[in-house]
Amino acid sequence: MDALKNLELPIGPVVEGVVDWIQDNFEPLLDGIAAAVGFVTDNLEWLFLTIPPVVFALIVVAIGLVRVGWRFALFAAVALFVVMGMDLWAETVSTMSLVIAASLFAMGVGFPIGIAMAKNNLVEAVVRPILDLMQTMPPFVYLIPAAMFFGLGKVPGAIATVIFAMPPAVRLTNLGIRQVSEEHVEAGLAFGCTPRQLLFKVQLPLAKPTIMAGVNQTIMLALSMVVIASMIGAGGLGNTVLTGINRLNIGMGFEGGLGVVILAIILDRITQSFGETGRARSSLLRRAVAALGNRVPGTGAVPAQAPAAKRAAE
Amino acid sequence: MVTHEPAPKIACRNVYKIFGANPQNARELVDAGKTKAEILRETGMTVGVCDASLEIREGEIFVVMGLSGSGKSTLVRLLNRLIEPTFGAVEIEGTDITGMTPRELIQLRRQRMAMVFQSFALLPHRTVLDNAAFGLEIAGIDKASRYERARKAIETVGLGANSDSYPGELSGGMKQRVGLARALSNDPAIMLMDEAFSALDPLIRTEMQDELLRIQRETPRTIVFISHDLDEAMRIGDRIAVMESGRIVQVATPQEIVTNPANDYVRSFFKGVDVSRVFTAGDICSRDILPERAVDGADAAAQPANDTAAVLLDTARNYAGMTANGANGAEPLAAATPLSEMLHVVANAPHPVPVVDPAGHYLGAVSQRTLLQTLDRTR
Repeated sequence: MDALKNLELPIGPVVEGVVDWIQDNFEPLLDGIAAAVGFVTDNLEWLFLTIPPVVFALIVVAIGLVRVGWRFALFAAVALFVVMGMDLWAETVSTMSLVIAASLFAMGVGFPIGIAMAKNNLVEAVVRPILDLMQTMPPFVYLIPAAMFFGLGKVPGAIATVIFAMPPAVRLTNLGIRQVSEEHVEAGLAFGCTPRQLLFKVQLPLAKPTIMAGVNQTIMLALSMVVIASMIGAGGLGNTVLTGINRLNIGMGFEGGLGVVILAIILDRITQSFGETGRARSSLLRRAVAALGNRVPGTGAVPAQAPAAKRAAE
Repeated sequence: MVTHEPAPKIACRNVYKIFGANPQNARELVDAGKTKAEILRETGMTVGVCDASLEIREGEIFVVMGLSGSGKSTLVRLLNRLIEPTFGAVEIEGTDITGMTPRELIQLRRQRMAMVFQSFALLPHRTVLDNAAFGLEIAGIDKASRYERARKAIETVGLGANSDSYPGELSGGMKQRVGLARALSNDPAIMLMDEAFSALDPLIRTEMQDELLRIQRETPRTIVFISHDLDEAMRIGDRIAVMESGRIVQVATPQEIVTNPANDYVRSFFKGVDVSRVFTAGDICSRDILPERAVDGADAAAQPANDTAAVLLDTARNYAGMTANGANGAEPLAAATPLSEMLHVVANAPHPVPVVDPAGHYLGAVSQRTLLQTLDRTR
């Protein structure tokens, strides 16, 4: 028992050593990453803040109307009005640009890893436990190396977010490709697909709903992490919440929280709508086009005839 | 009759497919006469296909039959190397494909062969037209001409009105028509059909079989059709191969298989088949039943009627009538008449019924006795 008490595994010091070593030897690489992430984040934020709030809100409402439906569009209009009313527009847009930038990087890294996992069992066996580790690690832990490598501010916040939000993109890309049925893969091969054609013309399109579920989760995780990343100076709505906590200002904390919820719902519903395929989605635009087509003879004949032809064939 | 046998379109020569770590070992066990189950128990290896040799002729519909697990789906995938043969050679148009490079194999699949699947395997995010054009798109053919060819294929299968629909909007039968159109748009010399109609309900299945036979009449292709449905095999097959636990036990025409099964397995397999649809008058007629009498065409009617029936043949051996009480000028049966449609004729005739080919030549006669013997499947 004494031996166990005296035993100290130097896991903490080893990790510190590794971080130091990376910092000493990979400075150009770290600078490059910081520059790339910073460039995308800053420009997105600049773009979003340059657009007048009312115009921006109208664009979001219009996307909601086309992709989701009129109920959601109405909700978005009211919600964005509330955000402006709370005087949190700049913070919300800042958080959103950080979320989008981090999610783009997470997908850019996550998709290729997911594809490699799906194509190769060895890669899967190696990556899977790393993903498990990443997903069970408390999010605060990512802040420490991010701050050590990249200092304080938006860029380390975005990088911590990229790492935290990446696992679902990887996992669900892998899952989606592996779920494609054997016959679909065989059909692709039987008609002479090269491996690349098989991936892009058969596997990825069929995996799209699953991959989009991963994108949706990545964005949601990014949003939660961006709020936490305010602790290392990422700014935005997280900063509002953090200030509320520090000053025990319940009203301010609630306003910040409400902003996060609104942003979450809008991002969630819009990204979810991209996961549906073919004509399964009954959006207003498509229905409007179909309805118009039916009135003009000759152009919209197909949707109207399809059920009749189906009956005839049976 | 000396016909020069053309080179087979597809040939398998001693092809084996063994799933497992040490196929050489399993092959020795197979050749030593061990069964599939014994090998699985002893070595853990699965024998998919063993020692399959067959030749498929150009333009025929070759049906591969067997119960599930008999290796028929594996066999058809060996023909386009979706599954790699473990041993043996697979020759397509005289070229052994087992030695082809990936690039050559892709060219072969794009240009010479197409495949139709049991569960259709259509791409749900593409319209019917884009699904039909899939093979052409993969082969890098430009949009205008691939759409033109795909449209023609869609017209061929009778889906012209639905080319802009998505697969999700179609019924099962229509989906398989799209599957067929996708295969036809490549204009392949060889079509592999893996249980293509098995997922369809019986009425639609018959309709699709008729459709396939019609397409085959218009543009003959070499078709390898996998099926577990007896009636389907009898209906569409020019020749049938029967598989049992990885082995090909018999390759023959439907009629040969029913009259002369290779073993008890094949016999029991085909026991339930409706023979009255398999055989025609031409298959069962015999020259031994009725005596023949040569006459000049002119005085056929003048022959005296008597109790012993005989056929009257003119100098060109064309059927000219019969001598039997009350049978003068009896209508002969066409050789292609299926048994099911000649039952009442033979049953009601007081004498054997003569059979002629389309040119009017006398082929033989069918008595009530031969008919009953054919229908009797208990032996």
